[in-house]
Amino acid sequence: MKEEGKHKKAKKYGMVINLDECTGCGACMVACMAENNVPFREDESNKLDSIAWMRVYKLTNGKSYPDADICYLPRPCMHCEGDHGHSPCVSVCPATATDYSHETGIVSQIYTRCFGCRYCMGACPYHARYFNWWDPVWPEGTTKYLNPNVSPRMRGVVEKCSFCFHRYQLAMDKAYFEGRAELEEDEYQTSCTQACPAGAITFGDLNNPEHKVYQLAKPDNKHGGRPGNPNVFRLLERLGTNPKVYYISSREWVRRAGDNYLDNEDFAKNYRR
Amino acid sequence: MKIGRRSFLSFVIGGAAGTAISPLPWKLTDDSSIWSQNWPWTPVPPDGEYSQVNSICTLCPGGCGITVRKVDNRAVKIEGMKGHPVNDGGICVMGLSGLQLLYGPTRVKTPLKRVGKRGEGKWEKISWNEAISEVTEKLAEIRAQGEPHTVGSIVNSDRGTVPNLFRRFLTAYGSPNYMTMPSMQDSYNMTMQLMQGVTAQVGFDAENADYILSFGSGIIDGWGSPVRMFKANSAWKVDGKKVVQIEPRLSNTAAKSDEWIPIKPGTEAALALGIANVVIMESLYDKENIDSQFGFDAFKELVLNGYSVEKVSNITGIKSATIVSLAKNFAQASNPLAICGKGQGSTPGSLNEFVAVHALNALVGNINKNGGVWALSDTDYIKWPEFDLDSIAENGMQKERIDGAGSEYPHAKSLLNRLPEVINSGDGFLEAIFVADANPLYSMPDSKAIKEAFDSIPFIVSFSSYMDETASNADLILPNHVYLERYEDVPTPVGLQKNIIGLAKPVVKPQFNTKNVGDSLILIAKALGGSVANAFPWDSYDACLEETLGSKWDLLEENRFWSDSNSKVVTGEFNFYPDAMKSLTNFSPVSIEGSTISFPLVLIPYDSIRLANGYIGNPPFVIKTVEDTVLKGKTACVEINPKSAKEFGLTEGRSAILHTPRGKAKVKIHLYEGIMPGLVALARGLGHTAYDKYLTDKGCNLNELIGMTEDPVSGLDAAWGIRARLTKV
Repeated sequence: MKEEGKHKKAKKYGMVINLDECTGCGACMVACMAENNVPFREDESNKLDSIAWMRVYKLTNGKSYPDADICYLPRPCMHCEGDHGHSPCVSVCPATATDYSHETGIVSQIYTRCFGCRYCMGACPYHARYFNWWDPVWPEGTTKYLNPNVSPRMRGVVEKCSFCFHRYQLAMDKAYFEGRAELEEDEYQTSCTQACPAGAITFGDLNNPEHKVYQLAKPDNKHGGRPGNPNVFRLLERLGTNPKVYYISSREWVRRAGDNYLDNEDFAKNYRR
Repeated sequence: MKIGRRSFLSFVIGGAAGTAISPLPWKLTDDSSIWSQNWPWTPVPPDGEYSQVNSICTLCPGGCGITVRKVDNRAVKIEGMKGHPVNDGGICVMGLSGLQLLYGPTRVKTPLKRVGKRGEGKWEKISWNEAISEVTEKLAEIRAQGEPHTVGSIVNSDRGTVPNLFRRFLTAYGSPNYMTMPSMQDSYNMTMQLMQGVTAQVGFDAENADYILSFGSGIIDGWGSPVRMFKANSAWKVDGKKVVQIEPRLSNTAAKSDEWIPIKPGTEAALALGIANVVIMESLYDKENIDSQFGFDAFKELVLNGYSVEKVSNITGIKSATIVSLAKNFAQASNPLAICGKGQGSTPGSLNEFVAVHALNALVGNINKNGGVWALSDTDYIKWPEFDLDSIAENGMQKERIDGAGSEYPHAKSLLNRLPEVINSGDGFLEAIFVADANPLYSMPDSKAIKEAFDSIPFIVSFSSYMDETASNADLILPNHVYLERYEDVPTPVGLQKNIIGLAKPVVKPQFNTKNVGDSLILIAKALGGSVANAFPWDSYDACLEETLGSKWDLLEENRFWSDSNSKVVTGEFNFYPDAMKSLTNFSPVSIEGSTISFPLVLIPYDSIRLANGYIGNPPFVIKTVEDTVLKGKTACVEINPKSAKEFGLTEGRSAILHTPRGKAKVKIHLYEGIMPGLVALARGLGHTAYDKYLTDKGCNLNELIGMTEDPVSGLDAAWGIRARLTKV
């Protein structure tokens, strides 16, 4: 057993989203809701309490007509690595309901441990966490479509994107059954990645140079996974949360929108440490 | 033992420290959270055997392949089908939410007969036998009076077996009034007819085009076959191909294009001819081949005399230099492609615009060429036996259509948009109407007029699976299975340049007491007897479908799609100057309703892929994705340029009343720098009055605010907007 564990290289699952290709169609949001039994209510127009593990934000360049421009930015949980796994939310959870897995790089959320203090929501700089203020209600008949691989949550707990961790578990089960300890790149893909009609989302192991995510983001894994591709950025890079979600944009104003820069500040400086 | 101060404190402090070190508090918080979450009403989805079923999505004419994941007999997730020629694994918000339609609360669960007033929502549940005989009795009565032509039907499109069964039924019964929901396809089909002399479906070889000039087509907003266009758009990005979007509002398509060119709405045809002017003036076209083509001299004269760059610049509000560079880039690209049909193409638009844009394609010689526009003859797989008409049917079929298609407007096949005016003015009447796969009371422009027309039709039968606006105003509902419960053929998706037939199949057993609309129709025909029954020799719809698809059936059952390897391109002589072009001699923009004095602004609709506006209502997941700058609470937001907003004293988030000559609605203001000053934009797909609490009364229905403008040549609706006013509340 010990021998086996030794040879298994740690994974660092992450995502690269190409904002040039993203059309803002929202398929990732619904693919996520359908996969993860996300509840819905009569009015979902208050976006602060509307639960969306994946949310597509609309960015504007702030210019006037006709120079105005918009860009969509899908935001799942960033699965921050922080400093050696000290993600902002993991550090504050008093119930160990959220944890950083050094094996996969995924930040978990264990609903049955969460008692709803919402410290993690305060700590998360990305608003990726949502609180169940109400018990979920599925209209008559609709519980039939609930996915047995993800447990429905109840009032009083926090939930967030899990990188479809149940898919990882299913893929691993299958691999073990077939006598393998490693997964192929396409064996474990999140629901949003699979659904995106524009093919804008790429998912895989950031530690594996063979994987597309690695080739797109060129992460500097010795320095928190800082992207090596000049068109790639991460949200709020300077907080040091070291997110595992990377964005590609050929437009500078979009890249600058990823963090709070002063007008005359050199954006590229962040990435030249 | 005596308890002193010292020992008491030691006990308390020691106890506290001990407890803190012990796992007890942590165990307690854990347990308490488990106990307090173990509610019986939180569902635990049962596990079971996993399986996958492939089918075709029919929620829009996109024709995507889907893979449905099942656990035992429950469908739990819809995903895009890998390897399908249209979507290859991709899927849209609507397709993903299909299970909410299947299991959702808006289903009509059994045949219903109205007992209260129309639209009151009082229904009696009846059996299928009763439902069929209700319809049959009424139809037999109308027939006995020798008035079969007063029965009409409205279906979503005129392709595929179900629409053709309706057409066959009406013909055998004796009515020419087979109507379809209008769309840009009507205009494109007519353009093909007028300019190429062919009856053909239009196909766009988008994947191979390298310069795409879009006259307001929402390439990534749901135009054509949506997922296919998303994929094409991504491929263009990777290969560095250029997309130019011409429209007055920065739509998603405009934002993702390489160049956004705002244009005064309604002047698109002038721009197309202006571009043609530059191409001709600078001889950027294949003179040898084009100069000799039919009608080119007249076209050249029209373009050179009436559409100089300066003049077009004045008309469209686009700088002369931009027009010139557009023309040069377009003509010099190796595979240029010009497309039109605004937004999702759910309205037919002005025929002028279609012929002008199509002339551009012909001018650069991309008709039936790689990366160009293809004229395809639809795969001719529906070959049903001939049938005889009895004398009543023959008399009925000789009557003119109520909507004037084929008579007043010789090129048109169906003009549903004219129905309200004809009925409401007393020029015609219908005794009964069948509605299937369509929701005209919601999705036709000027919905008040169409409601009024429907009010005067004595017998309305809906075949809807959902309690939509038309169904809730019907007299009888014969609910259809939803698409995941039935077999159905899916003809070539809109805009594809190769013919594909899809076969949707039942993924789950029918959940309720519903019946395939094809079966209902066969039963009604058989009950009517005589020549009507003889026209329907099949025992069931499934038998009819299997017979129709013949040798393709086995392959379709296995793959779900069948590609027509010899897709037929139809060629005719190209005519550069069809009749429809003549009215362009003196350009005037398509006029819209309302005076500029009382309505200083112009309302334009916009389409979003996150809001369906056809006969399928948005399921809860889809509504959940709608931004709070589009819908806030129960109020829709309108987009307006901050400059215009300032003029009327409006600020972000402020409530206002939007007035148009057709109606008014409460809205919220959303300031948007991406819209031309003077315009107000409202999303299509909101403001349902039927369905469930997740959809009802959310925002306002654009169709209630907008009127219709009859195109002088096609007779189709050419309206692109309406004049409007915003007042503070």
